[in-house]
Amino acid sequence: MDMAQNGTSVSIQDLSLNFGAVSVLKTLNLDVAQGEFVVLLGPSGCGKSTLLNCVAGLLDISEGRIFIKGKNVTWEEPKDRGIGMVFQSYALYPQMTVEKNLSFGLRVAGLPRDEIVKRIARAAEILQIEPLLQRKPSALSGGQRQRVAIGRALVRDVDVFLFDEPLSNLDAKLRSELRVEIKLLHRKLQNTMIYVTHDQIEAMTLADRIAVMKGGVIQQLDAPQTIYNRPVNRFVAGFLGSPAMNFVEGRLEKHGDGWSFVAEDLKIPLGTYQFDGQPEAGPAVFGIRPEHVSLNSGTGWPFSTSANVEVVEPMGSDTLVWLKLAQQKFSVRVTSERTPQNDEAVTLGFDPMRASLFDAETGGRI
Amino acid sequence: MTAAQITAIQPVQDAQDQTGVAPFGPKPRHVSPGRIGIYVFLVIAALFFLIPVYIMIVTSLKGMPEIRLGHLFSLPAEPTFQPWADAWLHACTGRDCNGLSPGFYNSLKITVPSVIISIICASINGYALTFWPYKGANLLFGLLVFGAFVPYQVVIYPLIIGLSSVGLFATLPGIIIVHTIFGMPILTLLFRNFYAALPVELFKAARVDGAGFWRIFFSIMLPMSVPITVVAIILQVTGIWNDFLFGIVFAGRSNWPMTVQLNNIVNTTTGVREYNVNMAATILTAAVPLIIYFVSGRWFVRGIAAGAVKG
Amino acid sequence: MQRSWRRRFHLPAVIGTIPMILVAVGVFVIGIGFSVLWSFTSSKLFPTYDFVGLAQYRRLWADSRWLVSVNNIWFFGLMSISCNMVFGYLLAVFMDQRIRQEDLFRSIFLYPFAMSLIVTGLVWQWVLDPNLGLQAAMRNLGWSSFSFAPLVDANTAIYALVVAGIWQGSGVTMAILLAGLRGVDEEIWKAARVDGIPTWRTHLSIVAPMMKGAFATAFVLQCVGVVRVYDLVIAMTGGGPGIATSMPAVYVIQLITVRQNVGQGMAAATMMLLPVLVVLAFSGLVLWRRNRRQEARV
Ligand SMILES: Nc1ncnc2c1ncn2[C@@H]1O[C@H](COP(=O)(O)OP(=O)(O)O)[C@@H](O)[C@H]1O
Ligand SMILES: [Mg+2]
Repeated sequence: MDMAQNGTSVSIQDLSLNFGAVSVLKTLNLDVAQGEFVVLLGPSGCGKSTLLNCVAGLLDISEGRIFIKGKNVTWEEPKDRGIGMVFQSYALYPQMTVEKNLSFGLRVAGLPRDEIVKRIARAAEILQIEPLLQRKPSALSGGQRQRVAIGRALVRDVDVFLFDEPLSNLDAKLRSELRVEIKLLHRKLQNTMIYVTHDQIEAMTLADRIAVMKGGVIQQLDAPQTIYNRPVNRFVAGFLGSPAMNFVEGRLEKHGDGWSFVAEDLKIPLGTYQFDGQPEAGPAVFGIRPEHVSLNSGTGWPFSTSANVEVVEPMGSDTLVWLKLAQQKFSVRVTSERTPQNDEAVTLGFDPMRASLFDAETGGRI
Repeated sequence: MTAAQITAIQPVQDAQDQTGVAPFGPKPRHVSPGRIGIYVFLVIAALFFLIPVYIMIVTSLKGMPEIRLGHLFSLPAEPTFQPWADAWLHACTGRDCNGLSPGFYNSLKITVPSVIISIICASINGYALTFWPYKGANLLFGLLVFGAFVPYQVVIYPLIIGLSSVGLFATLPGIIIVHTIFGMPILTLLFRNFYAALPVELFKAARVDGAGFWRIFFSIMLPMSVPITVVAIILQVTGIWNDFLFGIVFAGRSNWPMTVQLNNIVNTTTGVREYNVNMAATILTAAVPLIIYFVSGRWFVRGIAAGAVKG
Repeated sequence: MQRSWRRRFHLPAVIGTIPMILVAVGVFVIGIGFSVLWSFTSSKLFPTYDFVGLAQYRRLWADSRWLVSVNNIWFFGLMSISCNMVFGYLLAVFMDQRIRQEDLFRSIFLYPFAMSLIVTGLVWQWVLDPNLGLQAAMRNLGWSSFSFAPLVDANTAIYALVVAGIWQGSGVTMAILLAGLRGVDEEIWKAARVDGIPTWRTHLSIVAPMMKGAFATAFVLQCVGVVRVYDLVIAMTGGGPGIATSMPAVYVIQLITVRQNVGQGMAAATMMLLPVLVVLAFSGLVLWRRNRRQEARV
């Protein structure tokens, strides 16, 4: 088929999956380009692992179909799908040495000996696990184990790698190290990767595109920056970003030519805001990230107002300043040199261009 | 080409180049020979486990003439509960023909105090070993665990001599002591493992509050021990009820438990064997542990796994 | 000084564990000590302290009944343990295939374990009774030459014991091994499927070695049961026909009760203890060395 020529590596079409009466994935569509790194991001229990297992063929789907490299693999066994998979618990075979772990599948598949040796040597070199080959998994550290697990996918010589929260069992420092290594690996191999995580930093740093999931539905599929700056709904806006985006509840109103957001005595003119379609007056939620608000920096902003500082939270490089806007909690991120005091009166300003407006009822972007 | 376009085009393409049905939705399941094999194996195994008891039940409901016809598997033509009544009230062991009922009451008299005493001892042991280990306590525990593996035959004779010397051999207290002794290793292990898995902060907090050994045991540990106590009760009740060796050696003729009486009824009868009465008696003997088994369900399995070394 | 003394020797803890002290020392040390001691004496009905050296052991190993018993326990042990393990493992593996009615099957496989071995022995005595059980039933159905009466033949009676042992014990083996199987990480199975390893191969090469603990538990449980096998023999064969199914456990009890030969009985009991001691010492050594190695690594 011509899908491979089109550069689509994995194509999921109208995929549904039910466990009994519970519908976990709902008519889901996703296309992953050749060589693309797609991250499935979402809260625990939203169906990320389920989706990945469907792609791998480890779960029997209820509806829809799955193409890998243009071939309809909906009914194929996992081993015939041209995928390799890396698991959260590493899933190494504990009584086999690293070398045996890497070679077991190949030996069962009946590959010639020298081919097996060649593939293991290559994987070991790429992952720098040559000195570990004769050790058992129990004698490895968490990071080393995960490298071996990646190696097991690598020796399969496949085009699609599936990762299911591969770094969740590691401590914070190792996690960031291996994150970089996975990114380097992707650059070196240039193969397709689908990566499941609930960690937004992993998603932002690794992904070419992020698919944000909730309740078995992909909410938004876009480049990390787009998802961060122009979230399609309130859920995506709130899920990404730490500290989280500020939400102020109020109304969207038309004043003369322009639109404004109004909450109690607060009135934000939306002259610079890019609406997604034709706005309508009514209840709305105004969202803006703490780092897009500026404190005590003059009056050059399209919008500025004053408020009293309630709590100051130093966070090392930054400081989070909490105050109230229209009686609602609101945080501002400032660099540490210009930290205000508790109860100090401050002015804050921002450009509504950087804000996001959501429908109060549907949560969709306006 | 963008993702959206591909998604839009794909179904059309498929409809064209696949004349029949494309792989779509769940993989069609045909009943595989392997799966049939699994069920065949399991059903045959289940029959192996069930048939003996089926035979016992149907035979116990038949009269002797019908049994002599030799239709082992057939349902009773004229079901009668007379064998059951006979087994309970009139079956003979040697000269006395009082049926199994005295054995049942003996088993009750043995089991209830033995279970209570052995669990009390074992819970205190487990608690002391976990939170108040004194010098040598672990050695004692090691000896106790060793006792869980020892063949009973090595200890029986010294126990006979020891109990005789204090006048407790062949008495009810004697058999209760014996059951407490042989239940102690496994129960202590059970309770010790349970307490060791509790957060030690619980104990430390109570110590800081000034509570002592018994106070902590009764007001903190004991209320938390309900699950393990249930397991221990299941383990002990079935174990002691099913015991034969200790009963026949230590209980004395007047206290013989149900299992001993059953064996005597069945294996010492002279003259005509009343199979229906014997089988009714056997079912009656097995009834108590079976009821516990079916009522407790998964707890029973947990008890086995926990007390895996108990023979 | 006082604090550390109190910590090491807290009086209520000692008082509370007096029963344990009595049992551990009184029964399992002193009691066993006396058993071994009496095995070197000429005790008959009551213990004496008339030491005769190894005479009782010599008489023991010259006694054909004892030799038969020892042979029987090895045969019975090897047969019933291996059959139990294989059958229990197969049951566990099949039970793990997401079958329907799993709870029902589990209850059926496990219920014999809840019953007394006396009951098991009697049940199988009847099933194998030539005039009542399978043989009679088959002949009644018209197969008049059918012959199946293992219990009345000295050569086959022990197989009947093995069958009864399997009936009683393989359900527990199944339950323990099934728990072991379920304890294996789901992702191991997934990884093996992605690797294209056939299910039976995954079981044998990957999962079974991961279930060492469950196998060991089931094995120990059965060994203890085999060494102690008494009730089953008494109920099913009484040691017969003749002495064909005598076992050490039966032999010892007979010597100290019916045959009133305590000295030789204690010699036999000591011989029963010996393999247990060897195994315990060996496993203790293994455990101790593993602990030491782990400590060395940390
Ligand atoms: N085998 C199963 N049977 C029933 N429900 C399941 C099963 N596996 C997962 N689920 C449910 O499906 C949902 C999605 O699970 P999962 O894909 O593991 O979430 P996550 O996004 O955290 O990886 C969860 O609500 C979970 O409870
Ligand atoms: Mg998951």
